Amino acid sequence: MSSFPRPIATTRSVTGISTGKLAVWWLIASEIVIFGGVLGSYLMHRIGHPEWASQAAHTNTVFGAVNTFVLLTSSLFAVMAHQAADQKDGKKAAKFLYLTTLGAVIFLIIKSVEWTGEIQHGFTITSHTFWSFYYTAAGIHGVHVIVGAIIMLVIANDARKGIDLQRVEAVGLYWHFVDIVWIFLFPLLYIAK
Amino acid sequence: MSSTATATKHEDHGHDSHGHGPDAHAHHPEQNFFMKYLWSTDHKIIGMQYLFTGMFMALIGGFTVYAFRMQQAFPGMSIPGYGRVTATDYNALVTTHGSVMIFWVAMPVLIAALGNYLIPLMIGCDDMVFPRLNRLSYQIFLVSVIVLIASFFVEGGAFGGAWTSYPPLSAKAQYNLTPLGAPMWLFAVALEFAAFLMGGINFVTTVMNSRAPGMKMFDVPIVVWSIIIASILFMASVGPLIAGAVMMLFDQTLGTAFFDPNKGGDPVLWQHLFWFFGHPEVYVVMLPAMGIVAEVIATFSRKKLFAYKTVLYTMIGTGALSFFVWAHHQFIAGIDPRMANIFSVTTLLISIPVAEMLFVYIATLYGGSIRLTTPMLWALAFIGEFLLGGVTGIFLGSSGADIYFHDTYFVLAHFHYTFFPIAFIAVFAAMTYWFPKMFGRYMNEAWGKVHFWGTIVSFNFIFIPLFLLGARGDHRRIFDYTHFPDLMKPGMQDLRILATLSLVVLLSFQVIFLVNFFLSMVKGEKAPANPWKSNTLEWVAPSPPPHGNFPEGLPTVHRGPYEYSHPDRQDDYWPQNAS
Repeated sequence: MSSFPRPIATTRSVTGISTGKLAVWWLIASEIVIFGGVLGSYLMHRIGHPEWASQAAHTNTVFGAVNTFVLLTSSLFAVMAHQAADQKDGKKAAKFLYLTTLGAVIFLIIKSVEWTGEIQHGFTITSHTFWSFYYTAAGIHGVHVIVGAIIMLVIANDARKGIDLQRVEAVGLYWHFVDIVWIFLFPLLYIAK
Repeated sequence: MSSTATATKHEDHGHDSHGHGPDAHAHHPEQNFFMKYLWSTDHKIIGMQYLFTGMFMALIGGFTVYAFRMQQAFPGMSIPGYGRVTATDYNALVTTHGSVMIFWVAMPVLIAALGNYLIPLMIGCDDMVFPRLNRLSYQIFLVSVIVLIASFFVEGGAFGGAWTSYPPLSAKAQYNLTPLGAPMWLFAVALEFAAFLMGGINFVTTVMNSRAPGMKMFDVPIVVWSIIIASILFMASVGPLIAGAVMMLFDQTLGTAFFDPNKGGDPVLWQHLFWFFGHPEVYVVMLPAMGIVAEVIATFSRKKLFAYKTVLYTMIGTGALSFFVWAHHQFIAGIDPRMANIFSVTTLLISIPVAEMLFVYIATLYGGSIRLTTPMLWALAFIGEFLLGGVTGIFLGSSGADIYFHDTYFVLAHFHYTFFPIAFIAVFAAMTYWFPKMFGRYMNEAWGKVHFWGTIVSFNFIFIPLFLLGARGDHRRIFDYTHFPDLMKPGMQDLRILATLSLVVLLSFQVIFLVNFFLSMVKGEKAPANPWKSNTLEWVAPSPPPHGNFPEGLPTVHRGPYEYSHPDRQDDYWPQNAS
């Protein structure tokens, strides 16, 4: 991968912000509106249908809370990876990125257990529009968790060899964003009953 | 794809005969055909890939409109080259025409092709900042094309729920009768969005970070600004529709009920999600067209662009306002009338900045020494024709009048008077203007002018009759008017036939363009690096530019892009990089 000759364009930085980081900010900007669309639609429905609270009562707040804790902890590791990368310590940065990825995996395992239970109790994506939103919003978020975990593994493998350490910060930004989306999903889907 | 291959191969002849400059990358000479044209990361090749794919899709869009317009003019007739159009065919043809022309012609050509080709050249760097992301963007776009075309041949045929894809028609196979066509259409659109999101991030980052030394914000050519503003608009507006597309896909395939009112969903929600994107989308394609016209008019008036900063701020203002007009598409969809008032006001307001841009271009022309070349003719025609589209929008933006006009041919003629100038007139201006740069040869001027007049005259003869029909109440979505005596009053069918015959004339004139385009690529007169004596940086590079763009080193910028006829200079132009 790194044998690809980078054009001069990639090395320029008129703004003073590195190109990769700038691109991640724009990616996050476009992702905000995607989640904005899902959550906006959900909120409009929810406000119009107070009776959905009876469906929301069946979500498992404990699972949600534990997952919130797992994601927040993984974000802490992402920050520590960034710190290590700043000190040019690729091995340490990789170690923390692996820990962040572990957080993502735990999150996904908890999510699968939770969803399996809910589906077994008859709360499927088609059983009610609340559940449609529940699975769609958390599902889109889950895809982001999976993609983020894969990207982190790739970057950690490079960082271990001291290649492209600036990417550690960029993927950290993305990971914080994924985390923040969950911070919105958790109260809207689990706590509001 | 084969047209892409042959076309870019011709480009290579011009390329070789011009000789390679010293190249920025050592690995370059050994590339085979596949690596060079299909797997390339060079922004110019990717731009061409988008351009030729867009041109190919325009042929599909043109063929579908031919088939359904013939059905309108001569209902029930077996159409030469198509056969009989059934009601289901008719819906699929209309839907395909609309979605192809907007998502697979206007977007790839105006934003992706021109953005890719022009941005690195015009800001003076050797490539996009993420060349491999750029390649991936085109490849995803190509997959979306393949999915869309495949949907024509599946069980039930292509989707027929219009390019706006309103539920419940689009959400349930039992209504739209296209159990595979509908999700495939949606999937193709989603892939296309993903491709343009990647492209947009690349464009914006490139222009922010990789401008030539000395190029300040206000030294960036207007066309680059317009593509950047359009990319940001796209990024900021498409999200809710991506979310909506996921929800719609689940409604179609899993049986959820996001848009089904019987089960607690809301069909109007889709209209909001769609038009929250759909209306900014109009400006996403309009702004690059406006940018092209600015470049062409300044060059061929030999005069500084009037009020550069006004154009720029106006573009930003148009973009911002475009987020607050979407509900004018829903005046009769049951929205609150007080809401309709607000959206009427914002809709009428947005005509001010758009008119302002046109006025600025007219002010640029004033007192200039105008050269009526083919690109200039197209640019001037854009001003006139787009103006008609804008003025008729005033009728539709007023919620009271819209109750009458809604879903008539008046609406259809209105937006074709905006979209045709954007997606074709401005694009022809761009293609004839940058052709010498892209291929190192001139296009034939005489045939260019024949094509221009044939296209412009027949275009007006298509849509003026449709305005008249719309004003008489002609509804948009009718397959066979002979079933509706009210719409078969004397003269109405004659207008339909006139519009259809004009369309056939318009389509046949495009053959002239295609022949001129492809013949000029190999046989045209050789063009120098700066054939139009223009100021912007792409004209500093050789024609066509080699891989790495500037063999004599990346340029440094000393002034703005529009210093024509400067009093202190003997030449009437002053390139941005000249010291």
